[in-house]
Amino acid sequence: MATSTAVRDDGGRSKSSILYNPVLRQIIYQVLTCIIIAWLIWYAASNVAENLARANMTAGFGFLNGRAGFDIAQSAIPYSSDSPFTRALLVGFINTIIIAVCGIITATIVGLLVGIGRLSSNWLIAKLCTVYVEVFRNIPPLLVIFFWYKGVLSLLPDVRESLSLPLSVFVSNRGIFMPAPIFGERFWIVPVALVVGIIGALVYRRIALKKQMATGKASPILLVSLLLIIGLPLLAFIAIGAPVTFDPPVLGKFNMRGGTVVGPEFLSLYMALSFYTAAFIAEIVRAGIKGVSKGQSEAAAALGIRPGLTTRLIILPQALRIIIPPLTSQYLNLTKNSSLAVAIGFADLVAVGGTILNQSGHSIEIIAIWMGVYVTISLATSLFMNWFNTKMALVER
Amino acid sequence: MSKKLLSAVIGTALLGLTAHTASAGTLEDVKAKGFLQCGVNGSNLAGFGAQDSSGKWTGLDVDLCRAVAAAVFGDASKVKYTPLSAKDRFPALQSGEIDMLARNTTWTINRDTALGFDFRAVNYYDGQGFMVPKKLNVKSALELSGAAVCVQSGTTTELNLADYFKANNLQYNPVVFEKQEEVDAAYQAGRCDVYTTDQSGLYSIRLSLANPADHVILPEIISKEPLGPAVRANDSKWFDIVSWAHYAMVAGEEFGVTSANVDEKLKTDNPDLKRFLGEEKDQHIGKDLGLDEKWAYNIIKQVGNYGESFNRNVGEGSPLKIARGLNALWTKGGLQYAPPIR
Repeated sequence: MATSTAVRDDGGRSKSSILYNPVLRQIIYQVLTCIIIAWLIWYAASNVAENLARANMTAGFGFLNGRAGFDIAQSAIPYSSDSPFTRALLVGFINTIIIAVCGIITATIVGLLVGIGRLSSNWLIAKLCTVYVEVFRNIPPLLVIFFWYKGVLSLLPDVRESLSLPLSVFVSNRGIFMPAPIFGERFWIVPVALVVGIIGALVYRRIALKKQMATGKASPILLVSLLLIIGLPLLAFIAIGAPVTFDPPVLGKFNMRGGTVVGPEFLSLYMALSFYTAAFIAEIVRAGIKGVSKGQSEAAAALGIRPGLTTRLIILPQALRIIIPPLTSQYLNLTKNSSLAVAIGFADLVAVGGTILNQSGHSIEIIAIWMGVYVTISLATSLFMNWFNTKMALVER
Repeated sequence: MSKKLLSAVIGTALLGLTAHTASAGTLEDVKAKGFLQCGVNGSNLAGFGAQDSSGKWTGLDVDLCRAVAAAVFGDASKVKYTPLSAKDRFPALQSGEIDMLARNTTWTINRDTALGFDFRAVNYYDGQGFMVPKKLNVKSALELSGAAVCVQSGTTTELNLADYFKANNLQYNPVVFEKQEEVDAAYQAGRCDVYTTDQSGLYSIRLSLANPADHVILPEIISKEPLGPAVRANDSKWFDIVSWAHYAMVAGEEFGVTSANVDEKLKTDNPDLKRFLGEEKDQHIGKDLGLDEKWAYNIIKQVGNYGESFNRNVGEGSPLKIARGLNALWTKGGLQYAPPIR
């Protein structure tokens, strides 16, 4: 109380000293901050330039067009040692995206199941889910990766004594070897049928919802959608005579030849990131469900809505509003944690970039690229999740 | 954040923020701080850079660090070691974190120019080879088509491997790790069929495997790997000291001076040797280097000549038992040759 009167007194005397003017002070502080930041940036930039010049090094991204010269084992796009560095970076970037997308999908599913499981009235399921969450979220992700890589996958038998599973699938410490599908000429019809099916399902859903609004009669949306999305491509596939043959892996002198392989590096990173992040997502899901007040489900029950529908139409939409924002940061965490790939030799953006950094010596440029790419991926994820969040937000009248 | 990423970031940050520390010249910096910061192999590469159970560093590269310290301070023990992985070594030198790099590093034109380093002395002439388990019954690298090959990332080895397999039209599946220990573990676990690195490294790594006799090193050498110390470019004074520390060791062997007989040799009448040991009247070789006239004497006395160092670390006196081969003196059919010290 005393201070506030004092301030008011000062305000009255502001003419005596301009320094006591709060508006002026604010401006001075902001200008000072800007000057300090600008000076820091200038200082760092000029220092880098000066040091580079002293070491006879050139800055710039021109070197990226040079021949890479090294091979990458896990590549989703055609790549050889003759490709330029940019191509190698692209391979690493795609690998990062693949691991992030696969990890996010699996982590969400596992997290959802475990989160709901923790709320189960079944004692055993609830306790098992609690143990899962407590174990995985209290171990650093790097250790989880090593656990999968060294503790599980490298204990599998040698490639020459692979476990032989049905359908020509072989499991060894060099990964899972599977028959590679070879698509026939007219196979393109199948993905086209799939797209048509999805569009058809969306259209049907819209019509059905309109009809339900008008007449109150519910249509079997799920059944029809599934029929359209799965049935249509399947029908097309059979109609054109199933034009797919398989190239099974065969043991060569050193390795399996032919087929396609999912390496232990990808597998361990994927499993570790999925199960690690799932533990956090489970807690977020649990919090979200708990956060919907009990009165909501009681009111639904009083109106005679079935329990399944209550969860789907009343609890979940409200829970999602609580879940989505923290879920976004978990997705971002998973994406960023994928840079731990370097510890087990998975060719992600950081691993490939590190090799280029060392082969070319352009550390500043590579680190700038790393930061730029991760910021871009994270912002894109954030934007999507924010859009989703707005869509899911409670429509208030 | 991964350790490598972290160190790369720190390295770059240092590159950005140490504008004024490196400006005085490395020799002055080293003298001012009272010790030499030497980058060595962080993967316990026996024979080149390795730490024993008591924490003492030994190896051919470590001896070179000690020789430089002996030349600068007259005391070979004034060295602090920075263990580095293949990927971390260049940022560490560029940023000034270390004063010199003696980490079995291949001298290439790219590293000498674009990376901003200087190379001259070669303390080990090496070449890249392949190691395979005996049970695979492979006799030549040309039979390796289809194999999974373990290799350390960010090395010349990785590039030579790609070139060799491409040139010979062989298929392979690279299994790449950042640290040598990880490559060792993967090879032992059977993740790959073949281990490739410098041949000296293969000998050293084979010793550390569970059953060294179960692995063979193939006869092919697919590259030239002159391994030597590197320093930052544009510091010719420091560059001279590091280079001549190695040449002094070689010259010592040429003169037949060893750590055991160097005091006796001080009484020599040979003017060449007198000059080398700093016994000539009013000589200024040491002064011109920026050092004491006893610099070469101190190196030989405290570290030994090149032959002693080779023998103790990688040759007959070590478990590696590598023959001198290319690393014999030029007078004995090798490539080790010291320019005249006069």
